Amino acid sequence: MNTFPWLTALGVLPLIGSVVVALLPKSRPSLAKQVALVIALATLVLTILMALSFDGASTEQFQFVENYPWIPAFGISYAVGIDGIGLVMVALAATLVPVVILAGWHDVDDAASRTTGSVKGYFALILVLETLMIGVFSSIDLFLFYVFFEAMLIPVYFMIGRYGGPQRSYAAVKFLLYSLVGGLFMLAALIGLYVVSANLTGTGTFDYLTLVGLDIDPGMQKVLFLGFFLAFAIKAPLWPFHTWLPDAAAQSKAGTSVLLIGVLDKVGTFGMIRYCLPIFPAASEFYAPVVITMALIGIFYGAFVALGQHDMKRLFAYSSMSHFGFIALGIFVFTTTGESGSVVYMVAHGLSTAALFLTAGFLMERRGGSSLISDYSGVNKAAPVLAGFFLFAALSSLALPGLVSFVGEFMVLLGAFQKYMFVGALATFGIVITAAYVLRLYQKSMTGPLLPALEGMKDLKGREIAALMPIAAITLVLGLFPAPILNVINPAVDTLMTTIGVTDPPTTLNPSTTAEGTQE
Amino acid sequence: MINAGAVVWAEGAPTLQEIMPAEGVFSLIWLLIALPLLGAAVLLLGGRRTNRWGPYLAVLTVTASACLGILMVVGLMGRGAEERSIGQSLFTWVFAGQFEADMAFQLDQLSMVFVLLITIVGALIHVYSLGYMEHDPNRRKFFGYLNLFVAAMLLLVLANNYLLLYVGWEGVGLASYLLIGFWQHKPSAAAAAKKAFIINRVGDVGLSIAIMVIFVTFGSVTFDDVFGQASEVNEGTLTAIGLLLLLAAAGKSAQFPLQAWLLDAMEGPTPVSALIHAATMVTAGVYLIARSNAIYDRAVWAATAVVVVGLITIFMGAIIGSAKDDIKKSLAGSTMSQIGYMIMAVGLGPIGYVFAIFHLLTHGVFKAGLFLGAGSVMHGMNDNVNMRRYGALRAAMVVTFITFMAGYLAIIGIPPFSGFWSKDEIIHAAFERSPIIGSLAILAAGITGFYMTRMVAMTFFGKARWEDDAHPHESPKVMTIPLIILAIGSTFLGMALLFWGNIETWLEPVVGYSTEPSPLSTSAVIAISLAFVIVGSVIGWISYARREVPIVAPRGSLLTRAARADLYGDAVNEGLIVRPSYLLSRVLIWFDGRVVDGLVNGSAALVGGASGRMRRYQSGFARSYALSMVGGTVLVLLALVLVRLS
Amino acid sequence: MNPSNVVILSAILFSIGAVGVLVRRNAIIVFMCVELMLNAANLAFVAFARMNGNLDGQVVAFFVMVVAAAEVVVGLAIIVTIFRTRRSASIDEPNLLKY
Repeated sequence: MNTFPWLTALGVLPLIGSVVVALLPKSRPSLAKQVALVIALATLVLTILMALSFDGASTEQFQFVENYPWIPAFGISYAVGIDGIGLVMVALAATLVPVVILAGWHDVDDAASRTTGSVKGYFALILVLETLMIGVFSSIDLFLFYVFFEAMLIPVYFMIGRYGGPQRSYAAVKFLLYSLVGGLFMLAALIGLYVVSANLTGTGTFDYLTLVGLDIDPGMQKVLFLGFFLAFAIKAPLWPFHTWLPDAAAQSKAGTSVLLIGVLDKVGTFGMIRYCLPIFPAASEFYAPVVITMALIGIFYGAFVALGQHDMKRLFAYSSMSHFGFIALGIFVFTTTGESGSVVYMVAHGLSTAALFLTAGFLMERRGGSSLISDYSGVNKAAPVLAGFFLFAALSSLALPGLVSFVGEFMVLLGAFQKYMFVGALATFGIVITAAYVLRLYQKSMTGPLLPALEGMKDLKGREIAALMPIAAITLVLGLFPAPILNVINPAVDTLMTTIGVTDPPTTLNPSTTAEGTQE
Repeated sequence: MINAGAVVWAEGAPTLQEIMPAEGVFSLIWLLIALPLLGAAVLLLGGRRTNRWGPYLAVLTVTASACLGILMVVGLMGRGAEERSIGQSLFTWVFAGQFEADMAFQLDQLSMVFVLLITIVGALIHVYSLGYMEHDPNRRKFFGYLNLFVAAMLLLVLANNYLLLYVGWEGVGLASYLLIGFWQHKPSAAAAAKKAFIINRVGDVGLSIAIMVIFVTFGSVTFDDVFGQASEVNEGTLTAIGLLLLLAAAGKSAQFPLQAWLLDAMEGPTPVSALIHAATMVTAGVYLIARSNAIYDRAVWAATAVVVVGLITIFMGAIIGSAKDDIKKSLAGSTMSQIGYMIMAVGLGPIGYVFAIFHLLTHGVFKAGLFLGAGSVMHGMNDNVNMRRYGALRAAMVVTFITFMAGYLAIIGIPPFSGFWSKDEIIHAAFERSPIIGSLAILAAGITGFYMTRMVAMTFFGKARWEDDAHPHESPKVMTIPLIILAIGSTFLGMALLFWGNIETWLEPVVGYSTEPSPLSTSAVIAISLAFVIVGSVIGWISYARREVPIVAPRGSLLTRAARADLYGDAVNEGLIVRPSYLLSRVLIWFDGRVVDGLVNGSAALVGGASGRMRRYQSGFARSYALSMVGGTVLVLLALVLVRLS
Repeated sequence: MNPSNVVILSAILFSIGAVGVLVRRNAIIVFMCVELMLNAANLAFVAFARMNGNLDGQVVAFFVMVVAAAEVVVGLAIIVTIFRTRRSASIDEPNLLKY
């Protein structure tokens, strides 16, 4: 049954959808929304079907592989396939897109957005972005990955620059330039890698598995690693490459922010796991202390800056930066729990960011778009359901045990602690500051006396609840029963650990058999 | 020094019990948790539809859990002492590499008594709340949160590994947060809720790191694996684990130095204070330490730290309780102090564990009774909490008065009320360990007598100092019946557990039990502690019943003023942690905007500026372009010539 | 005849053309100077073809003539248009194509 081209079908469906949406008459915006939603839901169904036929116990690293030569002269091919990590990321993207479409139903109806872009254009861009996201997570040819990686900038640029807030063009250009600089470094490293592969094997290639199998000179690795890492660190973003994120998040629509931070930025951390570690194992180990330091600084820096923010969206952006610190920490400690935890954290962060931004979006819509925290107080009284979702999102963001973010966070911290006791213990203190800024936000905006200006504020409507409910349900269910994702993530992480040739540090008592092997 | 892995308190340390499969009624362990959880889900997700019948459903689910608990205790009693530990595993929860934590429960003698305390006291408080919260528009939510709390607390005591315990641990913290801030329109309530959660998070850091140390040491986080192999681990590691768990316990149980949240937590509705901040949640720290007895028995320094923290808190709580005029805050101080006793007792090792749990149970009942009694008083006094505006209420609310007196006699430890037995055993155990600890414990018992007498005298005796619009009246039956049941418990539970239930033998297989020679005989301890209590009470009586109580609080001594300010706990937190954090935050925001983003925007400006200069050369004069072309050509030619020549 | 003399002549013609382009303002004259430079190049091509003894240079010279003819057509058209709108054939006048 594996002959069905799942991944290509998955990628093409939203693309066709976007063309259809773009060709619809401008005078019927609601039809465009409906078509976009149907297409996104169909993609989700297709993703679920694919996930069901994914074999967690397979010995092959990648499944649903399709490989066609594209530019044979340079060893470039259209090669797609996914492992467990790619699968959960594709699933995350496919889940969030319909949610964002549903939640952003009226986001671009206002006059300000319509002067610069049409309603159908926004939804068409979302679908194009979905195609590119699926492509980026399922490429197993580095050149193809690069193409998707860079192409993703285009729809996002327009989504921020055309449909954003007052300073949208500043934010969009900043985002674009930052990403392009990173992409440039990556392109250079990519060409370098091609040359290296040509020197080592005789024929240059961009094929992922071949490149992983190469035994690249450590000195060369250190140079090439930097190119890839810079691109991913800007995308993720890690401290100190983060300053585009608060601007982009503050200026874009809630839906754009969700896709940008929830999925797109994950490409950065995903890239570190997929490319940096296996292709440059020696360099990864060499740079690990630097990256871990950056991650640690990021965790606390982001959290402390978030603590003093007056603007909700900027607060979320800095909190995300703090969370990306956790993810990067988990990746670069080289333990099974750390790597698995990072992937779980990526999913969890996608979900919690989506919940936060969307709820905040609904809130701002009811207050003329202001995102200043001081413009809200006592919302709980007027809109209890909204406040309830807001609290749930906040708790999900502070990694309350029982929610999926806790599973990810704890695994990351444990993974760090196993390797570097001090780092793990230090990072754990981040959870206190996270609680402080998240609950401060909740306290200031949702509790206390109701502001007179908010009198008569409407609670969430059916459509908005329908958008938030799936995210909340997934967050809770995976928190109590994470086996569905752990079952696919863990084999992929095991493969990764074998590829980079690192084993977990043994425990004092009852060391596992594999760990014992390395001790002797 | 003690050798690695040496058992410090070998005497009385328990041997690991074999875990029996869950059969019969025990196959329903999960249902204990699931019932209140279901209630919470229905109430919180059901929306306004459930407004009418929701609260009754909440009462029903907790009652059903209580009945199930009673069935289980009967089942356990029918078994031999070595077959009373039952495990039930549902599925593997978190796993990666070597790490594995199951969604699995363990019901043994220790969890059992907690299940009974939580479900029975919980059910009574649910019933009481039906009356207390009758007119609150958000009654449904209140009951949903209460149910959520019961479910989380049961998960905490039933978990068979530390990670799952953590879920319950944070679950009760969440419920506590929601309930303290239940009246969210009051900024003080919202602030208190946030404060409680954040201080608890500091404790959680301890628990998180403890779990990590446990995993890297034992390769497992299951209680059975950890305790079974604790003897193979060196003392340093065990001490680290012990201290980290103590930090966690200090957060949840409001012990020094993380005590500051409990007094503010009284912003919550009174039933919440009774259930969460007196009877159950705040005792979770005691449970955690008692459960980890295998670790503390081998880490004498950690155990000593536990004793010290307990002692400090006993006095802090007692002093605060003596100075507060707010009846609930005074009771909260008393709770801190009483939990201090328990914490001190679990630090004593096998001579103390069982009595700590014993005191925990009796305290859970009588303190719940006292809080609900205070709630009943407030109910009749227009929610006024200031004891200086009470006085002479004994005639106006007879049932409340009588039940409150039962709780009062129990807490100060007058025989045969339940507190006497448990506190006396703790003091006795303290003397077995060290006369200093014992003496301090007795001194604190005297202070307990003082502040409780003060409270009773100010509330029920003396002259009426009511506000003009106060019309004290007895509460409805739905509130007084739980009071009566708890009063009966306050009176007889101590004797029942000690003589009929044999609490030492019951708990011994889990936490261990031993006695050591004591410098004072049992009767001497009783005599001295009773003497102290009576002296304290008499002073309290003379100062607050015989003399006129001023309506406006007098300035008071230095200590009184310090105690009114919670012994400056908030001031210390504010000065040492909160202000520096916000300062750091502001500095970093400045740094981020000016330096990091400044660099980015600066380089952008540099490129922009440079290109602005460059474009000036695009003058639009075709001939100057032609000249630069010629010049360029000449330069290239010259270069070529030079290369040729050289 | 020595072909190198022809090359020197072509260099002189080219320089005259180049200087003319640089110093004259009248568009027509500038244009003629450009033609002069093109023809200087043609002369050089032919001379080199003779020196090398093959026809490549002569072939290129034909190409240049064709291109020059095309250029004259386009260029004169532009000059005439500009002259119509601006009443001037000075090439310093239309300086709108700047930053």
